[in-house]
Amino acid sequence: MGDEIKLRVSKIEKSFPGVKALDKIDFSVRKGTVHALCGENGAGKSTLMKIINGIYKPDAGEIFIDEEPVKIKDPIKARSLGIAMIAQELNYVPEMSVEENIFLGRLPADKFGRVKWGEVRSRTLQLLQDEHLPYKPTDKLKMLTTSDIQMLEIMKAISNDASIIVMDEPTSSITQKEVELLFKKIDILRAKGCAIVYISHKMDEVFRIADDITVFRDGTVVKSMRAADTNIDEVIALMVGRRMENVYPKEDIEIGEPLLEVENLRSGQLFENVNFHVNKGEIVGFAGLVGAGRTEVMRCLFGLDPIDGGTVKVHGEEIKVKCASDSIKHGMVMLSEDRRRYGIIPMRSVRENASLSSLEKFFYGGTAHPKKEAEVVGMYFDKMSVKTPTQETAIQSLSGGNQQKVLLAKWMMRDPEVLILDEPTRGIDVGAKFEIYKLMTEVAQAGKAVVMVSSELPELIGMCDRIYVMCEGHIAGELQKDEFSQEAIMMYATGTHSIIKEEI
Amino acid sequence: MKSGKVGQVMSKYSIFFVLLVMILISMLLNENFLSTRNITNIAVQLSVATILAYGEMVLIVSGLLDLSSGAVLALAGVLSVSAYKSTGNLALAVAVSIGVAVAFNMINALFVANFAMPAFIVTLATQMAARGLALLYTKGQNILQIGDYAKLGQGSIGPIPIPVIFMIAATIVIWYIMNHTKLGRSFYAIGGNEEASIASGINVAKSKYKAFLINGVLVGIAGVLFMARVNAGLPNGALGYEMEGLTAAIVGGTSFSGGVGTTSGTLIGSFIIGCLNNIMNLQGVDAYVQQVVKGGIIVAAVLYDIRFKNKKAPKVILQKKDAPSAKA
Repeated sequence: MGDEIKLRVSKIEKSFPGVKALDKIDFSVRKGTVHALCGENGAGKSTLMKIINGIYKPDAGEIFIDEEPVKIKDPIKARSLGIAMIAQELNYVPEMSVEENIFLGRLPADKFGRVKWGEVRSRTLQLLQDEHLPYKPTDKLKMLTTSDIQMLEIMKAISNDASIIVMDEPTSSITQKEVELLFKKIDILRAKGCAIVYISHKMDEVFRIADDITVFRDGTVVKSMRAADTNIDEVIALMVGRRMENVYPKEDIEIGEPLLEVENLRSGQLFENVNFHVNKGEIVGFAGLVGAGRTEVMRCLFGLDPIDGGTVKVHGEEIKVKCASDSIKHGMVMLSEDRRRYGIIPMRSVRENASLSSLEKFFYGGTAHPKKEAEVVGMYFDKMSVKTPTQETAIQSLSGGNQQKVLLAKWMMRDPEVLILDEPTRGIDVGAKFEIYKLMTEVAQAGKAVVMVSSELPELIGMCDRIYVMCEGHIAGELQKDEFSQEAIMMYATGTHSIIKEEI
Repeated sequence: MKSGKVGQVMSKYSIFFVLLVMILISMLLNENFLSTRNITNIAVQLSVATILAYGEMVLIVSGLLDLSSGAVLALAGVLSVSAYKSTGNLALAVAVSIGVAVAFNMINALFVANFAMPAFIVTLATQMAARGLALLYTKGQNILQIGDYAKLGQGSIGPIPIPVIFMIAATIVIWYIMNHTKLGRSFYAIGGNEEASIASGINVAKSKYKAFLINGVLVGIAGVLFMARVNAGLPNGALGYEMEGLTAAIVGGTSFSGGVGTTSGTLIGSFIIGCLNNIMNLQGVDAYVQQVVKGGIIVAAVLYDIRFKNKKAPKVILQKKDAPSAKA
């Protein structure tokens, strides 16, 4: 496509109290191209996108569309200028139906304000049919899976006749198959002449889809370049300001006797006949498509959902888990995939969040020991390089990666025997990912057991000693280290051989 | 940086400044406002509402609520007065009041914690039931001539009136629970995010029972003080007092979405309302006008509090530029 500039920002600046979030940003997107924004969490990508979408006002600088200066005072104005945004955090009303959600804020109405429900219904049906989503327009959104909601969100944005589309981490919770679908859509949009801004931490995706790449660091643009002229290593180096020697700090650790043994675990319709074990010093991965039952197994194991049958042994001793506090008592802890729902207490301080599962260490003898609490929390924060202004800061104001590290600190404080991590690196930046990998290695080195559920195959292959693959509620296969390959994992995960060629 | 620090202090204590400004204005309007007698008067008048407000604060912080406290206070109070009249035992009378209020709160807790019913609905129902029982028991009649029982509300120990002593004691105990115990920490956690608390190993049901238990004890004490102050057992007394308690807690910065609220804030909230009532009485403001003014001032105070907090605490705080040094 041509070199015609669709969207250009010039000398954009934005400060929040105490922090300069964006410093003289220059950046432009060509018509009919995909422009990827890379950078660690907190580098300023999302802030810039929020300015383009009219959510924030810039302190200085100008925005041009088709080289005409524009003022974007709110998201409604942004929409009228042909800007569509797919936010990182899904925005939907769970109690409303599919059609109501799709047309939220832009229901077609006649001059008396009556909604044209017929039109809403037919357009929704069309959209659902086009995207092969097996839902009725009247289904409530809370019945949909996360990945379907994400797809719907994407479809909603691009069905809007937008000429500039911002996608902030669009693939963070959709399956590989849907990623392919999304990429096909993007190709169509690109051919139509749309300018697409694509924010992602997934480098392989960036290099598959992007025409141009701009790297952000600490609120400035480090470099803009053609994707063809660069490579993954260079982009990562620009992002973190140094070369990453080894993305996966996995070390060879002597594998000991079984620490966690799970036999015939079963729960209603979700999964059955689940058998696996994790040895001392071992990192065991769980692969599978979204919805294969991996998260469900871990939730039952940890005591968040009831178990219908089966035995769980830690150090050879059978344990009965009725609730999370039971498994925590036995040294088994779990980092949930849904940080906002099952992880953080948003408005409370990072300190309180970190000490929440070790309260007996700081409250004894009839009183609190705040000094000791601050010391211990500070020690774990240092160890995991948690970046927070103070320990009093509310956890909701930290970046995702730092929130995740605070939650990990919470569990490390209990010195766990079994550490279960469900999608621990989803949506967090390269630097924080590396810290989490390092921590996993340390835990394994101490002779403990680590279980990692992940949808990112390179991460599983890079970090694990063994991988179980789940498919439709049962364990479909077990791979030893010398058998690891994306192809082998996908073969078990899909449960068929014929689809594989398409998938990879 | 400097203005940031001042801002932090201001935002932390913003509601306290509201109270200070109110006291200053009251002083200018009426020279008697700051007299020892008037201050003592204010303290006595707001003691019952403050004790109820602590109960509401604990519950709201935990993501709960009690709409029944006024009615339960009346039921506990009339039973207590009646127990005193038939036995002459003051300690027993106090025990009856606390026992009844705790029992009702355990019923609230049962439905809320074990059957996952919303606290709003459950306590609305117990409010009706408790009021009905109070009227049923007294046949709608006030219990008069309650003798020495009234001393609990009207007497003093040294210069300090007994209701104020109870209020101070409640302040200390609640502050201690909220800041120095595991239980307090779990209240903040379950109100802030119940599911995350469960996943962190906190016994949420037990914590909810304990929050209602604390509320029950406070309502029971308030029942004794209320009846003693009015020198009668009033089955129709303390009508709408749960709202007084709720208002004080909310004005004092307790967040209705749970997880946020302090003992000191609630005390200040209660004093703001108490001072407001007092100065309007001193100035001879018409009682109906008083209600309207009160409504306006409460909205203004909370609005100021929210604005100040939001301004100084942006939702998006980005990492500082010199990130490595932030590690240390």
